[in-house]
Amino acid sequence: MIDIAVAARPDTGSSSQQTEKISVRNLRFYYGEQLSLRNITIPFYAQIVTALIGPSGCGKSTLLRALNRIYELYPHQRAEGEAILDGVNILSPDQDLNLLRARVGMVFQKPTPFPMSIYENIAFGIRLYERLPRQELDGRVETALRRAALWDEVKDKLNASGLGLSGGQQQRLCIARTVAVRPEVILLDEPCSALDPIASAKIEELIYELKDDYTVVLVTHNMQQAARVSDFTAFMYLGELVEFDRTNKMFTAPQDVRTQDYITGRFG
Amino acid sequence: MSPYAIRRLRNGVATGLSIAATIAGVGALFLILGALLWEGVGSLSFRVFTEMTPPPGASGGLLNAIVGSLIMTAIAIVLGTPLGILAGTYLAEYGRHSRLTFVVRFVNDILLSAPSIVVGLFVYEIVVAPVGHFSAYAGALALALLVVPVVLRTTEDMLLLIPRELREAASSVGMPRSVMITRIAYRAARAGMLTGVLLAIARISGETAPLLFTALNNQFFSADVTRPMASLPVVIFQFALSPYADWQQLAWCGALIITLAVLALNIAARVLAAGKQPT
Repeated sequence: MIDIAVAARPDTGSSSQQTEKISVRNLRFYYGEQLSLRNITIPFYAQIVTALIGPSGCGKSTLLRALNRIYELYPHQRAEGEAILDGVNILSPDQDLNLLRARVGMVFQKPTPFPMSIYENIAFGIRLYERLPRQELDGRVETALRRAALWDEVKDKLNASGLGLSGGQQQRLCIARTVAVRPEVILLDEPCSALDPIASAKIEELIYELKDDYTVVLVTHNMQQAARVSDFTAFMYLGELVEFDRTNKMFTAPQDVRTQDYITGRFG
Repeated sequence: MSPYAIRRLRNGVATGLSIAATIAGVGALFLILGALLWEGVGSLSFRVFTEMTPPPGASGGLLNAIVGSLIMTAIAIVLGTPLGILAGTYLAEYGRHSRLTFVVRFVNDILLSAPSIVVGLFVYEIVVAPVGHFSAYAGALALALLVVPVVLRTTEDMLLLIPRELREAASSVGMPRSVMITRIAYRAARAGMLTGVLLAIARISGETAPLLFTALNNQFFSADVTRPMASLPVVIFQFALSPYADWQQLAWCGALIITLAVLALNIAARVLAAGKQPT
């Protein structure tokens, strides 16, 4: 526990100055009849990395997947309650899902490049919503790849297949693809769990940089990772939000005994 | 005998029997190939591809039958492939959780194994009988009905192999479902789907029964789809049963051509399927 605390980043900003980008209020999530999120209320602050931690099955990925409504791909999954993004409840049936997902991007556990060239992987998402002249499109692709710290490695093979990259490069390609659409919020679902430590370190560095421009929500199994990259941490357990606080506080002086047990490795 | 010795004996017997069965199965295939080569290669000549089917006693080739087979197969593939792909797409993408999907899949499996002569009779009833004469398009239609279930099945299977994460990733950049299917899913499943089409071609290029009731046969060259048209399988059927030695020779030759073509298609399908799995 001490080690983790030492590794945590210093505070950014003062505690009362955060603006809420997404306010989740009384969110309940159902898989069929089964209630798997119980009245979650949590703020996600702008330009802040919020980490969701907790043992497997606690609902942290479910919460993340509610924020861009990716669960809508599957029948029998539904969310109730509110998730207010800039004043609008994105859980409302009136919300256009594709426009929502353009604003709330997502990176998955397994790298998922599209079966096309590196260039096309990035350009594809941009073209869905914007018609740009070739030169401008090239610029956007380059910016996105630079943002994901991948440009130098792929600039000479933009027409090669995205599937030919290493796992870590593929994951950075997926981050670039997400960034290219110019979202406001980026959701990361255990983005390093399929990667080796060096590739993970690069992604972590990237996540830390992304918060300058985006609201970042990170689901992770790795508590050291949460401590290293996040400003706020939420501990979830059995579908409930147990504790939500500044990361350095959470890892040094947790309020709830369950949080303490989890971060000290007594269960989970 | 000790229990272990008994077990070893049993294992030996079972292994021996399965090896024997394999030899019998593969051996039969090689016997067929060998017989075709032995009987067919001798009469395989340039003339086979340039001259029409002859009357008994005259010399000739199989040009009209080969062209007829190509025309009808092509029409059948053009008709059947889009239907199969669209229906397979529905089953795998849109109707994955609906009850209709189970019904369609079951019916398709029946169609997949339906005797082709039934399909021939069906097309005879709904096309040939009302029109009053045999025609190439009726033959192509019968073949198309055999193409649909094969393409449908492979399309569905290949789309279902695509990992769920790829669909989620496509949705997560705000891609509408139709774009996800046409631009991502089809691309990832392309090799498998193409394999399905090749297998469908292989399947119909040897079919005789559905053509007997629909396209019938034609002694002469014809590219008119409203007239009866010759095809390799039907010509083989007719010539092989004839009492004339030169016709029988041509039948062997035609059988060899079909077999080699189907073999090549199957090998191509294998290479495609192995070379690029859906990611």
